[in-house]
Amino acid sequence: MVLPATPDMPDADDAILRVERLSKYYPVSRGFFQRRHLLLHAVDDASFEVRRGEVSGLVGESGCGKTTTGRLIARLILPTAGRIFVDNADVSKIQGSDLVEFRQKVQMIFQDPYESLDPRMTIFDIVTEPLNVNGIGNLEEREERVAEMLSLVGITPPSAFLFRFPHELSGGQRQRVAIARALVVNPTFVVADEPTSMLDVSIRTGVMKLLAQLREDLGISYLYITHDLAVARYLCDRIAVMYLGKIVEMGTAEEIVKEPLHPYTRALISAVPVPDPAIRRPVPNIKGGLSKPINPLPRCRFYERCPDARGVCADQNHPELKEVSGGRFVACHVL
Amino acid sequence: MWKIRWKLTVRGLAQNWAVFRESRVGMLGVVIILLFGVFGALWPIMINTVWDPLVYHPVVGFDPMVLHPSPPTRAHLLGTDPIGRDILAQLMFSTGREFLLGVLSALITVVIGTVIGTVAAYYGGFTDTFFMRVADIMMLFPFIPLLVVVGSMVRLTFFPFAMILGVLGGFGGITIILKAQALSVKVRPYIDAARVAGGSSFHIIRAHIIPNVLPLSFLYMMFNVTSAILSEATLSFFGVLNIDMSWGMMIHTADVAGYLFDFGKYWWLWLPSGVAITLFCAAFYMVGRGLDEVVNPRLRKR
Repeated sequence: MVLPATPDMPDADDAILRVERLSKYYPVSRGFFQRRHLLLHAVDDASFEVRRGEVSGLVGESGCGKTTTGRLIARLILPTAGRIFVDNADVSKIQGSDLVEFRQKVQMIFQDPYESLDPRMTIFDIVTEPLNVNGIGNLEEREERVAEMLSLVGITPPSAFLFRFPHELSGGQRQRVAIARALVVNPTFVVADEPTSMLDVSIRTGVMKLLAQLREDLGISYLYITHDLAVARYLCDRIAVMYLGKIVEMGTAEEIVKEPLHPYTRALISAVPVPDPAIRRPVPNIKGGLSKPINPLPRCRFYERCPDARGVCADQNHPELKEVSGGRFVACHVL
Repeated sequence: MWKIRWKLTVRGLAQNWAVFRESRVGMLGVVIILLFGVFGALWPIMINTVWDPLVYHPVVGFDPMVLHPSPPTRAHLLGTDPIGRDILAQLMFSTGREFLLGVLSALITVVIGTVIGTVAAYYGGFTDTFFMRVADIMMLFPFIPLLVVVGSMVRLTFFPFAMILGVLGGFGGITIILKAQALSVKVRPYIDAARVAGGSSFHIIRAHIIPNVLPLSFLYMMFNVTSAILSEATLSFFGVLNIDMSWGMMIHTADVAGYLFDFGKYWWLWLPSGVAITLFCAAFYMVGRGLDEVVNPRLRKR
């Protein structure tokens, strides 16, 4: 089998993040006496990469394993199988001083700004925490750095916010503080786990613009996790679509949105609302809802819901990702 | 920098105080505790000015002018005990020591309970199971009888006793409560954020989990003062503590001299200390109830 991450790579250094056949299974216990070995396949054999300076989107519905993937990459949890390389270093094998370095290189922005800031800490303490635990700079330098970061993310004037508590800030301001905290150590790679999904629509664009701006200014690569294809199209260079722990389609943002190949991606696209009542979009033609991938049957994960399902989809194992054109991958038996 | 932090602390305390003031029960408790404080603070003043130490000393004083136990008179406002000591003087002298005992043992309890609770919650696994089973045993074990036996074997003086009470409490039920709280803090995304920032386990426990558990610890400290005082009173009553004088000791004195049989006749021997113990414990409990509203915003009346 050809690893989908490798073929059209000019050289290995081009990718800041390389995920190879990554899997994370969680044991599920059902009942007290029933000691059957059940596994929830949160992430199942996923491979993709993020190129240096690029924003890659990971799109999928709730519960498909997007966040688990993000947490695996940030080394909050360790994978069951597969490997993650950040700057060609295997993330799950990093230890000691390399781990300290890794923690500065890779940062994460969390989904809920109401929960990701410690309510008992001031904004100053929250943003200096990464500097603090890594022993970077003295107090004056940290103060300077925090003020710089806060104005960079649009919390101005910084001095007015330094000694406020998170509950005194609005949702958008909190997320900006969370972004400042992630960027204060000059990371090269940021996992953004739905940073705008908990925000009000009116401030969402502001935060998205900020993320796009920071990427231009600081040259940071992102993995942007979202369930919203419109957001992904706006921010991302490339998009990977995930379904029940499997990557089903990958390509540039334009390709994915303009000509989706996988039936699931097509359904996702048709679900994006269009602000024009005159345009009639095809109704999403998939059935049912997302099931839990507990000990899944050896067939295509999308079989039950797929409008194009054939016999081969049920008889054979889940299809591998196939390259259909340069940098464009899809996992489907029918195509 | 420190000025700003100090200001923030003061402002936070002021806000909490504003919430606490809303609670009538809590305020009543504070008033009672303050009254006891004044009462206890009067002791050194009285013994050095008005009262003759030979007559009014709580342990070795004796008034040769009256028959004992003497009912309340102008010289002895709350009467004297069977061996001629002034009840009011004993009550005042004991107040300060009760404060010390209650707060000291509750502090020890809370420090141990907070550390064990957070560590057990954070690490889980064997550490967790071990300390939780210890807590179960501590809660099941009848400590008063145990301490009666220990007290009859060893001479339990004031400070060792306060520490024993504190340590026994610290491994007991409070660890389970604080562990539960720490567990709910542990899964918050800001803990993940601290880990992504590179924080060590020690940093996360110290900087995030403990500060978020501390209000609850403080609340339980109030309840622990109550239980420490009650344990002391019980054990003093059994006469197994090697303590000069305490409220429980006063009832013990009346009991061993045979004056507790006739319920109302020698009321001044047991009523003042009984009321003091009840009020003092109730006051700390009430402060705890008031603090509950500060710590659990859901209980607040909006």
